[in-house]
Amino acid sequence: MKRVNSISIQQTFDADFVRQVEEASEQKVSKCYQCGNCMASCAYTFVYDYPVNQIMRFIQLGQKEIVLNSRSIWLCANCQACTTRCPNDLDVARIMETLRIMSRREETVTEPDIRIFYDEFLRSVKTFGRVFETGLLPVYNIRAGRPFTDMDLAPRVLKKGKLSFLPPRINGRKEIAGIFERAKLRRNRPISECH
Amino acid sequence: MKRVAYYKGCSLEGLAAEYDVSTRALCEAFGIELVEIPDWNCCGSTPAHSYDPMLSAALAGRNLAIAAQHGCELVMTPCPGCLKSLKGALEINGHPEKREAFVELTGMEIDDRIQAVSLLQFIYEQIGVEGVQKSIRRPLTGHVVVPYYGCLLTRPAAAARFDDPENPTSMDLLIQATGATVPDFPYKTECCGATYGVTRNDIVGKLSGRILDMAARLGAEAVAVACPLCQQNLDLRQDQVNSYNKRTFDLCVVYIPQLIGLALGIEPKLLGMDKLFVNPGRLLQDLEG
Ligand code: SF4
Ligand code: SF4
Repeated sequence: MKRVNSISIQQTFDADFVRQVEEASEQKVSKCYQCGNCMASCAYTFVYDYPVNQIMRFIQLGQKEIVLNSRSIWLCANCQACTTRCPNDLDVARIMETLRIMSRREETVTEPDIRIFYDEFLRSVKTFGRVFETGLLPVYNIRAGRPFTDMDLAPRVLKKGKLSFLPPRINGRKEIAGIFERAKLRRNRPISECH
Repeated sequence: MKRVAYYKGCSLEGLAAEYDVSTRALCEAFGIELVEIPDWNCCGSTPAHSYDPMLSAALAGRNLAIAAQHGCELVMTPCPGCLKSLKGALEINGHPEKREAFVELTGMEIDDRIQAVSLLQFIYEQIGVEGVQKSIRRPLTGHVVVPYYGCLLTRPAAAARFDDPENPTSMDLLIQATGATVPDFPYKTECCGATYGVTRNDIVGKLSGRILDMAARLGAEAVAVACPLCQQNLDLRQDQVNSYNKRTFDLCVVYIPQLIGLALGIEPKLLGMDKLFVNPGRLLQDLEG
């Protein structure tokens, strides 16, 4: 876990960031009163650099750089435990998701492997209309520079006849590719409209 | 005969093939007609959510629109991840401005009447605990099975609108109906490590390890699940979880339709029992005699 020694709020408070997060997530982050329920419920705190309640606090304090560079936002599994238990009915998981989208846009993703995996997943969907599981892993392994990921599983999966060597290819591939193209254009719009 | 649109999702075409097979077998046994959505596409899963919620809604929504074109009002999916995306699309559809963006992206409209449910909810509401109980031919008496719901089946409560988000009991009751013993399972909604099997295997090692440990301590011989990702982490990755924790768990991880199917007397092979990685032998023993 990281420690932040001192922040000069006057110098780094980014009011625009607070507004953007609140608009895009449709949540009033200012309602958070730091009870810590979300953090206590989060199974991922052990790998986070800042626990999720601190992320909420950093948003309130307009600390854009700390928040968008944090590894926590990419290690969050969107499991909804925090959202379920927040006494102020904040959709904490949705706020975390909004931060992931923002950090992607601002190119501040600090967990490159997770990003590569997600990108390759989406590329597979865009190309075939469905995920091609067999093709996804080798491409990820090469791009992430981890050639042996899950090699221990391959023989067993093969033996069960669960790997297909042909990509799925749906008929509506063009339609799907079109959805992706138009979604890309939406990125030119401000994040606050992106919900 | 009940008719329902079936959105199986990508996992059920590959690593979770037995979830598809057993879902079909169970529905057939109860006279439910599954209409597989023609030319369905991937919902985009977690990667689409982290790109733009509208991309996720568009990808998932295309399937809902096609289902409606084929005269279905209810779409059932066995995968909680897909369900989340389908519900996201429905939420956007109910919102006039967002709906416009959806139409812009897909060129399609979703019929207002359409609804999405998980397989678990579908079994629980359409077949019912009593319905299952009445059809049991080979009760699983003496077998100890823990119900593991995972994160998304009942959460967030506002979207799931099914069972209790903190202490769901629908699967507990369905398993009890098979005759099996169901201990109180305190980790029923704890996260298994989700999509991090590939990218951060240590996370799955730790989180799935906790779940298997609790199941073993309760004397379970099987964990019942309703999510392809949970199943993969607990079953396919059980050896990895074992080496991470220096343990020797040997727990079979079965899909809920497989478990109910066994109790109905359906042949294990027709339920894809042979496709599981951890041998479900003990569960089958007295069935084969
Ligand atoms: S549970 Fe809600 S109020 Fe409590 S710290 Fe987390 S976000 Fe803030
Ligand atoms: S949704 Fe994310 S932040 Fe919330 S409890 Fe789950 S992993 Fe933690």
